[in-house]
Amino acid sequence: MNTLHKELTRTVLYLDGISVSFDGFKALNDLSFVVEPGEMRAIIGPNGAGKTTMMDVITGKTRPDVGSALFAGQHDLTKLDEADIAQLGIGRKFQRPTVFESHTVRDNIVLSLAGKRSVFDTLFARAREEEADRIDRVLDTIRLADRAGMMAADLSHGQKQWLEIGMLLAQDPSLLLVDEPVAGMTDAETVQTATLLKEIARDHSVVVVEHDMSFVQDLGVMVTVLHEGSVLAEGSLDHVSADERVIDVYLGR
Amino acid sequence: MISGRFLRLTGTSGLILLACLLAAAIYVPVANQFIDPGSPFHVNTASVVVFGKYLCFAMLALSIDLVWGYCGILSLGHGAFFALGGYAMGMHLMREIGPRGVYGNPILPDFMVFLNWESLPWFWYGFDMFWFAMVMVVLVPGLLAFVFGFLAFRSRVTGVYLSIITQAMAFALMLAFFRNEMGFGGNNGLTDFKDVLGFDLQADSTRIGLYLLSIAALAVMFLICRAIVLSRLGKVLIAVRDAESRTRFIGYRVEHYKLFVFTVSAMMAGVAGALYVPQVGIINPGEFAPANSIEAVIWVAVGGRGTLVGAVIGGIGVNLAKSYFTGALPEIWLFALGGLFVVVTLFMPKGILGLISHWRRRQPPPEPAAETGAPSSTAAEERA
Repeated sequence: MNTLHKELTRTVLYLDGISVSFDGFKALNDLSFVVEPGEMRAIIGPNGAGKTTMMDVITGKTRPDVGSALFAGQHDLTKLDEADIAQLGIGRKFQRPTVFESHTVRDNIVLSLAGKRSVFDTLFARAREEEADRIDRVLDTIRLADRAGMMAADLSHGQKQWLEIGMLLAQDPSLLLVDEPVAGMTDAETVQTATLLKEIARDHSVVVVEHDMSFVQDLGVMVTVLHEGSVLAEGSLDHVSADERVIDVYLGR
Repeated sequence: MISGRFLRLTGTSGLILLACLLAAAIYVPVANQFIDPGSPFHVNTASVVVFGKYLCFAMLALSIDLVWGYCGILSLGHGAFFALGGYAMGMHLMREIGPRGVYGNPILPDFMVFLNWESLPWFWYGFDMFWFAMVMVVLVPGLLAFVFGFLAFRSRVTGVYLSIITQAMAFALMLAFFRNEMGFGGNNGLTDFKDVLGFDLQADSTRIGLYLLSIAALAVMFLICRAIVLSRLGKVLIAVRDAESRTRFIGYRVEHYKLFVFTVSAMMAGVAGALYVPQVGIINPGEFAPANSIEAVIWVAVGGRGTLVGAVIGGIGVNLAKSYFTGALPEIWLFALGGLFVVVTLFMPKGILGLISHWRRRQPPPEPAAETGAPSSTAAEERA
């Protein structure tokens, strides 16, 4: 028991036996998987495999019917709400880029910076020196430093995706959940995004959901294949693409 | 230094607005008291009262713009907060009548004597004291908004559903206040006020005083709203308006922010109502009518949602148009109001103020070189 507990606390994310059903449809069915600190993991799977529902469970948007979800081995994610979980250090990027369109790029980052989040803290908040440094570092990382003063609404689709990733970085989470970061991107942007994510994965744990196989190949990380709400296969991309069952349900012959 | 900071607080259009308010504060009393009544520059006392009323409407519009324009909460029940503030003021004015009522009862207002009530209901206690009534003016609307908002925002009621329940709230209050047993004068409401703090409400000087007070209150509210929307909290509000779930997932407890701004806004509406009642001399349940709240939202839409200055322009402008039309072409007014809303929604999504900044952008820039590299027009509009 003790050793199991030690095992647990060393994980960043620990999902065990999670099931979620909507009106009889089993979106997640006894899903279990583990993310280690500093690990980057790609999740693939056909539509309806439960990828987004899994993210909803981890971020507190959806409560599982059964199963446990632990963050850093000690926080029970099934009992917390979105704001709590975000403050614990889990950042989430949506499938469709969601940024604050009527704020400047810089203000988008300012709002995301880790810090106090209560009404009265923000009412009397003043811009601080060390904040400016962190904002600049994030803007450099996401390659939007020269567009800091632009309205987020005026960014291209790809730039909005990066800005959203930058907002996650500013939150300084220990785990980033990234849902289809390259959907709708040009090839050049896709390659840049892969580089960006690899850079981020150096000091964060990252879970990426993606359909784009060449992008997953670029990332070169461990892959988990979801099917009908549970894990079908796990391993390197070459390993899972050789798996008969994966070929049957997902990759096609 | 100070002036620079002040300009940042007001914004250019806000500074113009404050200058106009100051001019109106000086001109109207002078024109009323010292310019010969035969002169076209004279302002008669009835007009002073009408202007005072419009200033109260502008405050109501401002409070709606704060929640709707900046946080995306379309409240169709703000008229109720306005009316509650008005009732709190009205209750004080009723108590101040004292033994001068028709029935001469030193404690009970006339309508209670008429209903054969023996004693003052408990919730009328304390309203004989001016300070107590003033506390209630902000506390009652604020508390209602807090409880209502707590339940609605915690359950994540948003969009059109929230609008509908705010409307239902106003309607329910209207029905309740129509009942004689409620103890607020029923159908007739509260009226026949004599004076406030000893000043005769019919006197020119009192009316001018209330008018000036309304201008001051509007200016202060405008500055409070600006301070809120310019703070980091204001940025969070806009974030909630634009992408609520994103705001939640970066760790803000969205319902707290909504609750804060909704409550502040309701308190502002209450103050507007409290200044309105002594000027018009009556408050009755008709003020809770859902149509009133909707009309106030139209003022904001016409003036320019999310601009604050636009809300004030809309609140005053639409009502000026209303008094002109209801006088000149009474049958047309409702069609004109409806038409106005359709035109604004279709052709001026950002209202009068949005249109002005759009025109200003379309004029050729003085130095074309300075414009290169500027983002598309929407960005500049947002900033304006």
